[in-house]
Amino acid sequence: MEIPYTVQARPDTGVYNAKVGMWLFLASEVMLFGGLFSAYILLRVAAQTGTWPHGWLSVPLGTLNTLILALSAVTTLMAWAACKARLFERYKLFQAITLLLALIFICIKGYEYQDKFHHYEIVLKDGRIADGHLAESLPGAVVLHHARYVASHAELMDGRHPGAHGEIRLERAQIQRMQNYGPAHNTFTAIYFTLTGLHGLHLIGGMLVFAYLWGPGSAMWKTDPERFTNRVEVSGLFWHFVDLVWIFLFPVLYLT
Amino acid sequence: MSEPLSPDAFRTYARRCGLVFLVVACMTLLMVGASYLPLKNHALTIGIILAVASVNAGLVAGYLMHLISEQKMIYTLLAFTGIFFVGLMGLSVFAAHDVPALLHQTVTR
Repeated sequence: MEIPYTVQARPDTGVYNAKVGMWLFLASEVMLFGGLFSAYILLRVAAQTGTWPHGWLSVPLGTLNTLILALSAVTTLMAWAACKARLFERYKLFQAITLLLALIFICIKGYEYQDKFHHYEIVLKDGRIADGHLAESLPGAVVLHHARYVASHAELMDGRHPGAHGEIRLERAQIQRMQNYGPAHNTFTAIYFTLTGLHGLHLIGGMLVFAYLWGPGSAMWKTDPERFTNRVEVSGLFWHFVDLVWIFLFPVLYLT
Repeated sequence: MSEPLSPDAFRTYARRCGLVFLVVACMTLLMVGASYLPLKNHALTIGIILAVASVNAGLVAGYLMHLISEQKMIYTLLAFTGIFFVGLMGLSVFAAHDVPALLHQTVTR
């Protein structure tokens, strides 16, 4: 059975079917991310004064990732334009660059995640709080790097102006509770990991499709170049949506 | 079936894409700069940042997703998405400001 309107535009819609399908999918994605953004707004508005963190994420890394994703959006579009110009080798080049940029984005995000999972807030039995990156976990003690003591939890909320940092060694007998900055740390980290994690999964999904179209899927170029070009276009639409989501995630999580 | 792009048209397209990237990059840096503005009103800072982000999103949607020259069918679909999205955000705003309670007070007064 032949699938209709894979190349020609359907008369009643004016576009080929895959494009309508992709836009319908993106509409559902808008509602998915919209729901999560809505949850973020509610959590943030409802947070008591001084309890919502600021400056916990690296702005330079976030900015770099924004630029990388924006560049990958351009290269994916150039890959499609190369198909339209019947320049298959150029298509391969631009699509490979897109994949590479996506991989760099994921690596930077992975580094940021790792940083959060190694960052600990340790409540001591004398009431003080030690905050820093876990360097060593020994049987009787823990060693924190880039660490500092604070008198209260509220002092940790503003990460933009941290005090002096150094190495702190704590005996386990001194520790009442220790917790990393993972999703369970507080409301901010929970919504941060949920939003960026879901975005990351979308990115990985897009990379898989691009890798297929770059590798085995590119065989279609020889038999049906128009249809292949349309496949590249709809996968590009998805990628631009992923970029759009990040354009809002970056300021909301890193800058405000 | 659409006509293939000529080599000249491809180069023109590449230049336009490069320009869009430059503008998006500049706007991103502007957004980061705005976040460091020493404004007393935090809501104003957030407003400025989100306004710049919206311009960025508009550029990506308009030029990179070709929404400036799409078919009516796609615009119709997006219009419905927009309505539902505004409704969703409206629910959040109403919930945050306890709007049903306010409405109830207005009715009982």
